[in-house]
Amino acid sequence: MCGIAGLIHRGKSSDVGNELQLMLQALKHRGPDSTGYALYADNDGENFIMRFKVGENVGEGSTSVNEDDSVYDKRKELVDQMLKNLNATVVKEEKLTPYSYRYEMKYDQDLMEFSKKIESIESVEILSIGKSLELIKDLGDARAVSERYDLGKVKGTHGIGHARMATESGVDIKSAHPFWGYPFSDVSVVHNGQLTNYWNNRRVLENKGMRFMSECDSELIAVYLAEKMRNGASLEEGMKDSLSGLDGVFTYFVATKDSLGMAKDTMAAKPLVLYESDDLVAMGSEEIAIRSILPHEIDTYDPFDGEVKVWQI
Amino acid sequence: MANLKTTEKKTKAQSMGLHTEVLTGKTQQKFFNPDEAENFYYWGTYDVDFNKRIDLDVNDLDCKEANKKIDELMSQGYGTIVIKNPQGKHSLGVGVLNKLNLIFEGSLGYFGVGSIDGPTVRINGRVGWSCAENMMAGKVVIEKNAGSCFGAAVRGGDLICKGSVGARTGIDQKGGTIIVGGDAGAFTGFMMQRGRIIILGNVGINLGDSMYDGTIYVGGKIGSFGSDAIESPMTKSDVDWIKRKLKVAEIGEKFDVSKMTKVVAGKKLWNYDALEPTEKKGAI
Repeated sequence: MCGIAGLIHRGKSSDVGNELQLMLQALKHRGPDSTGYALYADNDGENFIMRFKVGENVGEGSTSVNEDDSVYDKRKELVDQMLKNLNATVVKEEKLTPYSYRYEMKYDQDLMEFSKKIESIESVEILSIGKSLELIKDLGDARAVSERYDLGKVKGTHGIGHARMATESGVDIKSAHPFWGYPFSDVSVVHNGQLTNYWNNRRVLENKGMRFMSECDSELIAVYLAEKMRNGASLEEGMKDSLSGLDGVFTYFVATKDSLGMAKDTMAAKPLVLYESDDLVAMGSEEIAIRSILPHEIDTYDPFDGEVKVWQI
Repeated sequence: MANLKTTEKKTKAQSMGLHTEVLTGKTQQKFFNPDEAENFYYWGTYDVDFNKRIDLDVNDLDCKEANKKIDELMSQGYGTIVIKNPQGKHSLGVGVLNKLNLIFEGSLGYFGVGSIDGPTVRINGRVGWSCAENMMAGKVVIEKNAGSCFGAAVRGGDLICKGSVGARTGIDQKGGTIIVGGDAGAFTGFMMQRGRIIILGNVGINLGDSMYDGTIYVGGKIGSFGSDAIESPMTKSDVDWIKRKLKVAEIGEKFDVSKMTKVVAGKKLWNYDALEPTEKKGAI
């Protein structure tokens, strides 16, 4: 089933970490397996923030295995060595869990080559790279993940999140949402639904040099949009193209450094409730997600079939 | 008819006439005899006084607790219940089988006021997916917008949304009337079997897809017709009936009903005309 939520404050910053936690916790019944956040935080914008994992948090149905912490430490050393080889300067590093890290770094070369080199290290996956994007995902409900990664105090302009009920792939971090729009900085995607032409699209995109890290069909949306943007399409153009290029039922959100978008398939088979005002847009799979941050009476609506919307901060 | 309060469970259905088959060519069921109404007990119904009014704040209640409380209040004779702070909760006000004035001051989540039979419901906010699903009788008025599957499988009564509704409005509709003041999404009237839908605004693609029977009236633009849905001429009785319904619904006072598009089933997809007339009535 899965639950998705997103919000964007236009023209100001807010407690986006706490707000998204409340929205996703209200949708917990739609997806108890894992929770993910893509928060666009008030960072200085000078350095890249790279969040990556060197191992898995393994749940039901996952093909990954639990490993000893010493294995994770060894992989982290390999990442550090690779960063040196790539002439990336780490300004600040944080160990968030035994298997996940947050680095602030200076780097001015091609991100695609950078990502390929880093991810050539066994079991290392870049969750996100961006100058404001902070992408966090792990097993557990929204509150548990927020507390584990201390997200309650994150301030920013917008964010999207996902409460996952695993159907197409195992319960683990690599299959959890959001997905980073590799190789673009600050692009993230969450999805509710099923894509039925996943493998056909994946084969085509892999032949074009795009990378997939999981077998989760939702990852296709991030890669699909990234490939469109790499070829010069705007975010909105890529999203409109996806309505015919992706087959199945879906409602998805995509966020960039300064925008938030939603798309709904032409069957309108997946739910979405939307609230829009001059200074805030909030949306979620159910009204209770929006009510969790806006308890007063508001006007909401369901976007129609085949609708694509993009808002700027 | 036996007194159902004292009847054994296994014979109750037979006593209610639900399984008295009259074999005249095809199976047909015989329903209640109104002459024996004094013996009929309808589970979940109470004698209520509409002038007896109470407010119920459900902010700290889950849907089960709230619905149980509504039932308790009806058993105490309250005929007008005002629900405060529904906060988009799911499944509120379901299964009310009573005459009742039920007022929601706020918005409902999914499956609001489903399977009701008789109450008059007013919702001052919005409703989520599948509002009034399986409604048997009564009147439901939503002041704002509604989600998808609005009025799924309704069998009777009037279901009115003054705003816009999502996709698949009136899916599997079996009777009653759905009225929408704004726009409607894709697959409106999908597989509807009986009843009528009035949309004053625009509708999305595949209108009336695979409909067996029933009628859809559209005031605005139609995205596309669904399989076996065809346009039919508006008659004077159509216009008069819609005007009456809109007056009851308190919307579209100045709407030019005569310019609406009437959509019915082509009846080619389901070989419907091969059925006996009694079977066509059996959909309810």
